[in-house]
Amino acid sequence: MKDLKNLDISTAKDYLLKKEVSSLELTNFFIERIEESKLNCFITHTFDDAIEKAKESDKKISSNEEIGILEGIPIGMKDLFCTKGIRTTAGSKILENFIPFYESTVSKNLLNDGAIILGKTNMDEFAMGSANTTSFFGNVINPLKSNQENNKNLVPGGSSGGSASSVAANLCMAATGSDTGGSIRQPASFCGLVGLKPSYGRCSRFGMIAFASSLDQAGPITKTVKDAAIMLQSMSSYDEKDSTSSRKPIPRYLDFLNFNLKGKKIGLPTEYKVEGLNSEIVEVWEDTINFFKKNGAEIINISLPHTSFALPTYYIIAPAEASANLARYDGVKYGFREKSDDLQDMYECTRAKGFGDEVKRRLMIGTYVLSAGYYDAYYLKALKVRQLISNDFKSAFEKCDLILTPTTPNVAFPIGEKQKDPIEMYLNDVLTVPASLAGLPAISVTGGKNKNNLPIGMQVIGRPFEEISVLAAGKLIEDCRGF
Amino acid sequence: MSIDNKTVRKVSKLAKIRINEQEEIKLIEELNNILGWVDELKKVDTEKIEPMLSVFNESMVMRKDEVYSEISDDLVLKNAPESKSGFFVVPKVVE
Repeated sequence: MKDLKNLDISTAKDYLLKKEVSSLELTNFFIERIEESKLNCFITHTFDDAIEKAKESDKKISSNEEIGILEGIPIGMKDLFCTKGIRTTAGSKILENFIPFYESTVSKNLLNDGAIILGKTNMDEFAMGSANTTSFFGNVINPLKSNQENNKNLVPGGSSGGSASSVAANLCMAATGSDTGGSIRQPASFCGLVGLKPSYGRCSRFGMIAFASSLDQAGPITKTVKDAAIMLQSMSSYDEKDSTSSRKPIPRYLDFLNFNLKGKKIGLPTEYKVEGLNSEIVEVWEDTINFFKKNGAEIINISLPHTSFALPTYYIIAPAEASANLARYDGVKYGFREKSDDLQDMYECTRAKGFGDEVKRRLMIGTYVLSAGYYDAYYLKALKVRQLISNDFKSAFEKCDLILTPTTPNVAFPIGEKQKDPIEMYLNDVLTVPASLAGLPAISVTGGKNKNNLPIGMQVIGRPFEEISVLAAGKLIEDCRGF
Repeated sequence: MSIDNKTVRKVSKLAKIRINEQEEIKLIEELNNILGWVDELKKVDTEKIEPMLSVFNESMVMRKDEVYSEISDDLVLKNAPESKSGFFVVPKVVE
């Protein structure tokens, strides 16, 4: 019997093609694991569909028909991607019973390439959160445990917490995520996985439930860098249904395997040595720098002077865009409605009961910063600082080819911590938000572990649409870390 | 700039989110904290800087304005909390 549990996509594809394992076996194996799991990774299961699709994949493979790059591979789909005929909730009560009648472009691409969707993964409500504790469907538990903290349950990170946790617990082979300020990279880091946020515009946003449209970007969460390349290949496309979808040619992402990092300049931003950056993370950062040195890369110090302003900028722009995007949830066209005889009353009570506390808080901030009298002082100001942050990266990339930083200032923390003060939770994203504001591709790969055996993620940021070099740098970290 | 109960009430009206007195007190504190924190941005000199609306710098193209009906009215109304004879139903707004 093959070890199906720890399989990565590349190996599984090999087994499937050699007919050593069928997609149906693989799918049933993961279904069984999901049914036994108590991590609350999934909001909705789609097992019947998955079994049907797996049988179709097996038929295609056995009759030597043309097959997709993910033919027969069971994955998880973040519950932010609309799936035709399958409930899509965005982790919110307001969409508890919403059944889309169309397919998001990202999920359509994956299905066309033969992927088997096992279910919709849990997430922070409307992707607003960094610990997966804001979901209406309950928090997700990280399968990893600290060997010190008396077996306390840890957060998987967020917002793509269900996706990360399910991959880390071997409940599926890979999963989709979405990243607005760190929602792919941070949970990947907390769960010891690879998380890739591609350049803004690389994956279509059509059918992705919108949070902050100028920042939202889909990407994969996987066990290996190679798997991330395979998933991204399928997820990427030009899409006329998304006006910010890029028409730049899509490379063969697996070509990253031939990309040579020798002589490439790796920039270390001085400003990322932020206050509160855990010393064990600094150590892993230093080890990782040495991996690059040993492999012929040149290490240089760079400056991104506006780094400390990125998080406040983000917490104006993202809530502002959210307040506009979430105006559609009014209890009329779809979703939850609180009954009332008065229209205004119906709107206000529907939104009061349908949204959770964090979402309401951000909608209030967003509404405030866009309101008459405050627009210039907050929103317009933030847009200008965003330009400066983007300019910082542009100048930095004239001196270096890639930027290497930690992904998070701390490792996964126990469920229930950092809940009192919203800002304390926001600080989780201090190292991931700048690349989001600049729309740059960035990957998180585990670089090492702390003394309690918890993973520490390293982030590599690249120039726009240079996912290949970002993947190559990620692979170097994966190869050098020694586990 | 500090937020008082009047402002919180006004913003909750604009955001169309009903809040009770307890939530109001909590929101005053939280919003003041968050806005105090983002006030950090005032330190940045942005006088000659243009606002950045998007990182997307490719020209946008119009898609063909074609009528197609891949989705039926029934399907659209299926998710509505209340519908009748092909319409969404809302509480009465005219006397």
